[in-house]
Amino acid sequence: MTALHASGLGKRYRQRWALSDCSLQIPAGRVAGLVGPNGAGKSTLLNLAVGLLAPDAGTVTVLDGQPGSGPAQLAKVGFVAQDTPVYAGLSVADHLRLGGHLNPGWDAAYAQRRIEHLSLDPAQKAGKLSGGQKAQLALTLALAKRPRLLILDEPVASLDPLARREFLSDLMAAVAVHYVSVILSSHLVSDLERVCDYLVVLAASRVQIAGDVDALIASHHRLIGPRRDPATLPSDQLVIQGSHTDRQSTLIVQTRHPVLDPAWTVEQLNLEDLVLAYMSQAANGHDRARPVLEVQR
Amino acid sequence: MIWLTWRQFRVQAVVTAAILAVFGVLLLVTGPSLGGVYRTSGFAACHSGCAQLAGNFLAQIGVPHYHLVYLFGAVLIIVLPAIIGLFWGAPLLARELEAGTFRLAWNQSVTRERWLAVKLGVLGLASMAAAGLLSLILGWWASPIDRAAGLGSVGGYENRFFPVVFGTRGIAPLGYAAFAFVLGVLIGLLIRRTVPAMAVTLGLIAAVQIAFPLVVRPHLITPVRHSITITASAIQGMGVSGPGPDAQLRTVFAGTVNTPGAWVYSDATVTASGSPDLGTVPAACQNIGPNGSFQPCQQALAARNFQQQLVYQPASRYWTFQALEFGIYLTVAIVLAWASFWLLRRRLS
Repeated sequence: MTALHASGLGKRYRQRWALSDCSLQIPAGRVAGLVGPNGAGKSTLLNLAVGLLAPDAGTVTVLDGQPGSGPAQLAKVGFVAQDTPVYAGLSVADHLRLGGHLNPGWDAAYAQRRIEHLSLDPAQKAGKLSGGQKAQLALTLALAKRPRLLILDEPVASLDPLARREFLSDLMAAVAVHYVSVILSSHLVSDLERVCDYLVVLAASRVQIAGDVDALIASHHRLIGPRRDPATLPSDQLVIQGSHTDRQSTLIVQTRHPVLDPAWTVEQLNLEDLVLAYMSQAANGHDRARPVLEVQR
Repeated sequence: MIWLTWRQFRVQAVVTAAILAVFGVLLLVTGPSLGGVYRTSGFAACHSGCAQLAGNFLAQIGVPHYHLVYLFGAVLIIVLPAIIGLFWGAPLLARELEAGTFRLAWNQSVTRERWLAVKLGVLGLASMAAAGLLSLILGWWASPIDRAAGLGSVGGYENRFFPVVFGTRGIAPLGYAAFAFVLGVLIGLLIRRTVPAMAVTLGLIAAVQIAFPLVVRPHLITPVRHSITITASAIQGMGVSGPGPDAQLRTVFAGTVNTPGAWVYSDATVTASGSPDLGTVPAACQNIGPNGSFQPCQQALAARNFQQQLVYQPASRYWTFQALEFGIYLTVAIVLAWASFWLLRRRLS
C-alpha cells in the first residue's frame, strides 16, 4: 500500500511548469516530510494529491484511488490547506457541526474532546482565533473525519516558534493514537526533523531525493581531505556537492558502501545539511540529479 | 450539506425575508382601503362598458397614498433579481475562492459537484420562491388597478401588458430571479473575488433587464397588424408639423380602434398605399376659427383615404408572453448552471 504514488506528474500554470516529471512513491504508515524552497511545487503536489488541482501530465494516486474522485476517496484523506482556511463567520462549534454533517465517518466525541483539550471556546467565531488556534481547528476537522491519510500543506508556516512546536507535537500525538499516514510540507527542515521518518526534497519543480530519513542519513557523508578531482572517486560515490580550496576538497557524497579511503575524514551529515546540499544542487542546475535518486530502507 | 447551505445563507435569507415582510405589511395595510375605493367607485360591480368607471376609479386613487405604494412595489420587484444576483449568487463561490475556504469545504466527504448542486438547488428555489411571493402579493394588491388600467391607462397606472409593468406581474419575475442568481454564481466562479463579481453581476443583470423588453420580447410573437380606413365622422383631430400653409400633416386622430389590455407597438396614420408621408395639411383644415365648422376639414381628410394602422399584441396573448419570458429566463439559468458545473470541474482551483 502506498500513501501517494506519482508518475511523471506535472502541473502547468499558463506557460510555467510548477511541477514537472514528478515520480514518487511514499509508503503508507509513515510521517513523510515534503521539503523545498518556496515555489518549489510543494503546494501544487499536495493540491494534486487531494484533487483540488488536476494534473496536466502524468498520474497520481493516493491510497490507490484517484484524488477527489468521489465521497469514498475524499473520506480517506484529511487535508489541512496552506494558511489553514476556516470560515471567519462560523463559530468553532459550527465548524464541528459542519464536519459532522459532511463526513459519514465523523468522530464527534473525539472532535469535542480535542476542542476542550485545546481550550478553544466553542462559541468563538473562527475569524477571531489566533493563527495557531485556526491551525488547530483545521487540524481537528481533518482528524475527526477519521482519514487514513492526513495531508498538511505548510500548516505551521504562519505560526510563531512556540505555536509551531506545540502544533507539531500535538499532531504527532494524534497520529500515534490513530494509525494514520501523514504527508507534511514545509520550507523549513527544522520543522520536519523532529517528526518525519520519510523525506522528500522538492526543488526547482522536481523531486531531488526521496527516502527513509535514517537510510538517507546513513548513505550520505561529508568527505574532507586533500584537494582531489571528484571525477576520480569510486563509481559508487555520487557527489552531491563539492567545494574546493587550494589544498582541500570538501565533498558531500551519496554511497551505499562505507568510505574506506584513508585520505578522507568522513563526517556524518544531519538532515538539514543533506537537504541544503540537494537544494543548492538544484539551484545550481546540476543535471546529474536525474534520474532521481531513490533511497529505500 | 443542506445544513451548511442554510448556515452560510441565513443572514441573506433573514434580510431578504425582512424586506419582503415589511413590504407585505404595507400592502396588507393599504389593500383593504384600496378595495374599499374599488367597490364604492362602482367599478367592482361593473361587468361591461366599464371604461368610464375604470377611469373614475384610477383618478380617485391617483393620490400619492396609493400611487407611491404602487411604484414602490414595482421598483422592489424589478430590483429583487439584482439583489438576489448580488447578495445570494455572486458571493456563493467568489467568497469561498477568495478566502480559500473552498479547500476546506471541498475536502470533506462530499464532492464539490454535489456541494454546488445542493447550493444551486436550494438557493435557486429560494430565489424563485421570494420572487413568486412578491409577485403574488403585489398582483393581489394591484389587481383592481390592473383591471382598470387594462381598459385605458390613466394617471400613471399602465396596463399589465405595458413593457415596464409586464415584468412586475405574473410568473416572469420567477424566471428573472433564477437567472440572476445563477448568473451571479457563474460570474463569481469566473472572477473569484466577491466585490468585483458583485459589480459585474449588477451590470449584466441591468443590461439584460433593459435590453430584453426592447430587443427580444417584441419579436417573440409576430404582432397583429390592423388597418382601417379613417371615415370622416371618426376624425377627432390632427397633428401637424407647424403653422402656415406649408405645414405637413403628421397624424390624424381617430378613436376608432379599441384594444383593451393590448400591448400597442404603434398606432400611426398612413396613406392608402401605406406611406407615412401624409402630405400637406388640406386647405379646408387651415385657419379654422373658434366658431368655424370642423366638418369640411373632416371631409377633406377622409377624402384622402388615410388608414389608421395599429400594430399590437392583443390582451389574450398576455399569459403566452408570461410563459415564454419565464421559460426563456429559466432555460438560460439552466444553461448557466451547467456552465458553472463544467467550469468547476475544468478550472479546478
